[in-house]
Amino acid sequence: MAKYALFLGCVAPARYPGVELATREVCKALGIELVELEGASCCPAPGVIKSFDQNTWLAVAARNLALAEKQGVDIITICNGCYGSLFDAAHILNNDPEKLAAVNKILSEVGVQYNGKTKVHHFAEVFYKDLGVDAIKAKFTNPLDVNVAVHYGCHFLKPSNIKNLDDPERPKILDELVEATGAKSIDYKDKQMCCGAGGGVRSGNPELSSKFTEEKMKNMKAVGAEYIIDVCPFCHLQFDRTQKDVKDYGLQVVHLAQLYGLALGIPKEKLGM
Amino acid sequence: MVTIDQANQDFAQKVQSMGGGETLMLCFQCGTCTASCPSGRLTAYKTRKLIRKAQLGLEDEVLSSPDLWMCTTCYSCMERCPRGVEIVDLITLLRNLAVEKGVMSAPHKKVGEMLVKYGATVPLNDEYENKRESIGLARKPANTMGDDKALADVKKILKATGFEDLVGGN
Repeated sequence: MAKYALFLGCVAPARYPGVELATREVCKALGIELVELEGASCCPAPGVIKSFDQNTWLAVAARNLALAEKQGVDIITICNGCYGSLFDAAHILNNDPEKLAAVNKILSEVGVQYNGKTKVHHFAEVFYKDLGVDAIKAKFTNPLDVNVAVHYGCHFLKPSNIKNLDDPERPKILDELVEATGAKSIDYKDKQMCCGAGGGVRSGNPELSSKFTEEKMKNMKAVGAEYIIDVCPFCHLQFDRTQKDVKDYGLQVVHLAQLYGLALGIPKEKLGM
Repeated sequence: MVTIDQANQDFAQKVQSMGGGETLMLCFQCGTCTASCPSGRLTAYKTRKLIRKAQLGLEDEVLSSPDLWMCTTCYSCMERCPRGVEIVDLITLLRNLAVEKGVMSAPHKKVGEMLVKYGATVPLNDEYENKRESIGLARKPANTMGDDKALADVKKILKATGFEDLVGGN
């Protein structure tokens, strides 16, 4: 059984616990063993923290990578932002001994050392590449009949030269994973557009941020989508809060783990839906 | 109007010598970035212009411009750039330089303060602890939200890197 340290991040455990619960239940059902990444912190957030000070961003990320390394397991994330930060940090530190040494000097303050061994995975990548769509489909007991708009978000596939998961302009991974449940992924205008939350724009420029989100939701609504499927609690929050605070588009915001929870017969209330 | 005597001739060189800034001078101003930018479609922000100003050494103008904070780091520009300019990395580096000079918005600073206080940029509270419990999760997760020793360690790191002072209002 594949085994990973679950990196929770901030938004899922503190705002969408149903996403955390769904992840735990779905991984159990699909045969992925999750262990706690005890003592982990914020990834830290690529938007504001990396924009403020890259040395701090790298040091805090390195501490998280070191905790997984000590447990002898790789990291699995349920958030594009955490994936973006931790994957990028691992990409830097696992390939640059000088930067690794500089970060370890900071980490020695708290008795932690990182040796550049941890690999970072996105849960949808693990589902698609390690389990495969057919094997996943075979586990579902409650096929779904719903039209959905898939939202990839930005940091799942990009920058594609280091992530190498799928074509960043015309990807198919998530559409295939979603359709394994019986749901239909409908194409919509500017599908690859950002939700508007990243880069510190949600906190720093909320009006601009919600313009992105509203444009996306109008395009989703125009093709008859009922659910928005995301793989990132921050995109999830952006679509959810914009509908609560700005305008309700009647689109249910659903993380892929929650959709899989439904297809496995887990009650909606437990999934936080 | 901007004149060349406002330029810092060493700025481009400084940016190029820093992590993420190496590709600055590769830009030949084709504008693919601006055309790909969702933020630029909704505002007057132009990625190409920002990069050009950095190339020319218009340091103060670049670092104090609100445009620097319009980017959601969606990577659309960087994926399409025919010159391999690492645009998002450049913007991140320019933001670091701006912050070093004290340019930071109040809401961004607040996010930084959250990290210092909670080791998390979104803090847990009673409402969500109850929600967690009601669906069968631990009230607090096994990260800095529920582990004081881990939080103390993260705080030490944030002190060592100078981040605590940076957002602490000093």
